[in-house]
Amino acid sequence: MFGNLSDRLVETFKNLRTKGKLSPADIDTTLREIRRALLEADVALEVVKSFVTAVRDRALSDEVSKALNPAQQVVQIVDDELVQILGGEQRKLVFAKTAPTVIMLAGLQGSGKTTLAGKLAKWLKEQGQTPILVAADLQRPNAVNQLQVVGDRIDVPVFAPEPGNGVGDPVKVAKESIKHAKQKMFSVVIVDTAGRLGVDKELMAEAKAIRQAVNPDEVLFVIDAMIGQDAVNVARAFDEGVGITGVVLSKLDGDARGGAALSVSSVTGKPIIFSSTGEGMDDFEQFYPDRMASRILDMGDVLTLIEQTQKSFDEASAREMAEKLAKDTFTLDDFLDQMQQLRKMGSLKSMLAMMPGAGQMRNQLENFDEREIDRTEAIIRSMTKAERLQPKILNGSRRSRIAKGSGMTVTDVNSLVNRFEQAAKMMKTVAKGGVPQMPGMPGMPGMGGGFIGGRGKQKDKKKGSKSGNPAKRAAEDAGRTLGEKPTGGSGSSFGLGQ
Amino acid sequence: MAFQFWKKKKDTDPAVQATDAAVESPSATQDHEELVAVDLPKRSARNAIKSIFSRIKFDVENLELIEDTLIQADFGLEAASEIVSKVKDLAKSRAAKTNQELRQILIEVIAQGLEHPAKALNLSSGATPYVLLVVGVNGVGKTTTIGKLSNWLAQGGFRVTIGAADTFRAAAVDQLATWASRAGAKLVKPIQEGQDPAAVAFEATEQAVREGADVLIIDTAGRLQNKSDLMDQLGKISRVIEKQVKIAEVLLVLDATTGQNGLTQAKAFTQIANVTGIVLTKLDGSAKGGIVYSVQRELGIPVKLVGTGEGIEDFSFFDAAEFAAGIVGLEEA
Ligand SMILES: Nc1nc2c(ncn2[C@@H]2O[C@H](COP(=O)(O)OP(=O)(O)OP(=O)(O)O)[C@@H](O)[C@H]2O)c(=O)[nH]1
Ligand SMILES: [Mg+2]
Repeated sequence: MFGNLSDRLVETFKNLRTKGKLSPADIDTTLREIRRALLEADVALEVVKSFVTAVRDRALSDEVSKALNPAQQVVQIVDDELVQILGGEQRKLVFAKTAPTVIMLAGLQGSGKTTLAGKLAKWLKEQGQTPILVAADLQRPNAVNQLQVVGDRIDVPVFAPEPGNGVGDPVKVAKESIKHAKQKMFSVVIVDTAGRLGVDKELMAEAKAIRQAVNPDEVLFVIDAMIGQDAVNVARAFDEGVGITGVVLSKLDGDARGGAALSVSSVTGKPIIFSSTGEGMDDFEQFYPDRMASRILDMGDVLTLIEQTQKSFDEASAREMAEKLAKDTFTLDDFLDQMQQLRKMGSLKSMLAMMPGAGQMRNQLENFDEREIDRTEAIIRSMTKAERLQPKILNGSRRSRIAKGSGMTVTDVNSLVNRFEQAAKMMKTVAKGGVPQMPGMPGMPGMGGGFIGGRGKQKDKKKGSKSGNPAKRAAEDAGRTLGEKPTGGSGSSFGLGQ
Repeated sequence: MAFQFWKKKKDTDPAVQATDAAVESPSATQDHEELVAVDLPKRSARNAIKSIFSRIKFDVENLELIEDTLIQADFGLEAASEIVSKVKDLAKSRAAKTNQELRQILIEVIAQGLEHPAKALNLSSGATPYVLLVVGVNGVGKTTTIGKLSNWLAQGGFRVTIGAADTFRAAAVDQLATWASRAGAKLVKPIQEGQDPAAVAFEATEQAVREGADVLIIDTAGRLQNKSDLMDQLGKISRVIEKQVKIAEVLLVLDATTGQNGLTQAKAFTQIANVTGIVLTKLDGSAKGGIVYSVQRELGIPVKLVGTGEGIEDFSFFDAAEFAAGIVGLEEA
């Protein structure tokens, strides 16, 4: 099958890059591919059409023919246009001047509103806000319960005066929730509403009534990243019917290409503010239009990655690590240390998924088992100081002692040592500038490759099946894509390959 | 109807139900079990399906327009262009020219692509309990479908047991319990929160067999098809059921709004759980669910049921001709 939209465009651009000057025919071929890729990615037809026209107009202009490298220029134009449609600058959540800030959630049935309400509340709480959740989905069976369970999990109160399951007036509940929040001094009110169809006039009118009752600072339209062409109709219906201020793209942890992001932004002109990336309460991020465009172009979401890394990766220790790498004194202690640092960053999986070229390894990443870190830790902890400093002295008897001590098998120990050596080697390449430098995170690619390799091996062993290691191969592929990334161009997303 | 459903005869059943003479009861070959025919209430999705071609007046020159419209209904590029070329060929060979004739051809082509010999729900073998395993990604309408289906089957006199094997999502069991009581079905719940869903499926199967249920429906947690640990878990659920009873249907629920990822979903779920039919939900919205055409085209899996609302009765069998006629529309231009 065809790859992701990113992969597809990379494929298209590969051909484009090999040529020097672009003829109008070249541009048309490319645009046909782009059209196709966008349609396969579920970008709405009308949006595809205007997108392709906009790119063609600019690509045929002087801008391109006079540019040093016309092919790169087309890439740049595609990137620019994507960013533009996705909403240009990143947009932050709007807070009320006087509390409480009211956020209303709206969307189709099953789009992920209730889960998102929980994530949003948790995120706000971590920023020092005191959120309250409001159960105004009185339609779907046990939606009220679900919100209560979610609230319990994240320790956020839920305002649920009505039992739901068809009983109660959501407009009244919403109205009362604001009074309640003011009284109890909550700083943010998050109103979860029932899923409804854009074509359901009655329910759209109800959503509008809820909006009028709570006078929200944000009306967030939650839309599933798997949605197809209908995204434009639905987005229009909600924008016209309720009036939305921003968009949340949900289920981005799936393998849908997410063309809906383009469709929705394009027809509503409203920014995508958040992306929802899993069933866990932390699987939630701010949405960055420029990074999404980069991701579509398979540039990887390097900026988000760096930001997350910097949050938890101690810069000093990172620099120290880089020096060690350069001097070739990287030890198993450092390896362990680095892994613990990685764990602090949260889900390794979602970090790796943002790497450039990760398109090809997206599915392998999904299968990466974070418990691998625990196992590695157990093994390294069973080593003596000398062994950690000088892995070379690990002979057979030492390895079997370590295996016993850590409750693993000798094969596990062997594979860890192999992975360590591999990681050290790959990181050295990185330290020497083999792949783009990422501030504050020496050797992520190496580490990633190493870990994933480990898990893959284990799985193969368990099933006693085929040789070779698909995950590692994918990681290597990803590395290769890194090397092939177009350089030059002045856009922010193109600065990395230089 | 060409097919006939059968359930086990119970003491409480009226003597012998009138059956379609043309259809012979499978109990003839399974002498130990007496079966009675079941008549399910008639339902149609006809009114839920709105035309997407109403704005086009078809003529031989503008058949290309069909492709765009099909793309907008999520048929996908390849399927859409295939349909257009079939329509062109037929139009030529039949010298069809008028709007009506051309529409009729389009209806025919789409219906043909969605027709399937096994489109009826497999409730006919007589080997009860018929186990229906319901799978799909998050939020597509699995639980709601189970509620509607249970209710429908119960109306036809089937004894329905439901297994609550979504032990993951918040309040999922409560939600299913609400539907089960609306439908008058038995529910087998997990004994504790977060219990292994395969264990719940196993117990539900055991109970259904023990109590002589006609149908057992297993609800599962929504899972994205690229999460292999969750997909493995689904494989396990299906294996533990099959240890006791052969699964009659694995129903993949697809939301009509789903785009091209629907095909990826169908492939992944088929690989793990051998999907036998599609349930296309949320057809009451503006989306048409054209991706099911590609699913059948590539995987040979038919749509069996459709969901047309949130109410317990908003549900029917899938009828390819009705669906095709609905989206193409026959109104005068
Ligand atoms: N309009 C409409 N809504 C539907 C239909 N089927 C289900 N829904 C709604 O879609 C939402 C999700 O339905 P559920 O049955 O909870 O979906 P699920 O697949 O069980 O969800 P998870 O178990 O969370 O993965 C609910 O709000 C349902 O009321 C349908 O045919 N039409
Ligand atoms: Mg469910």
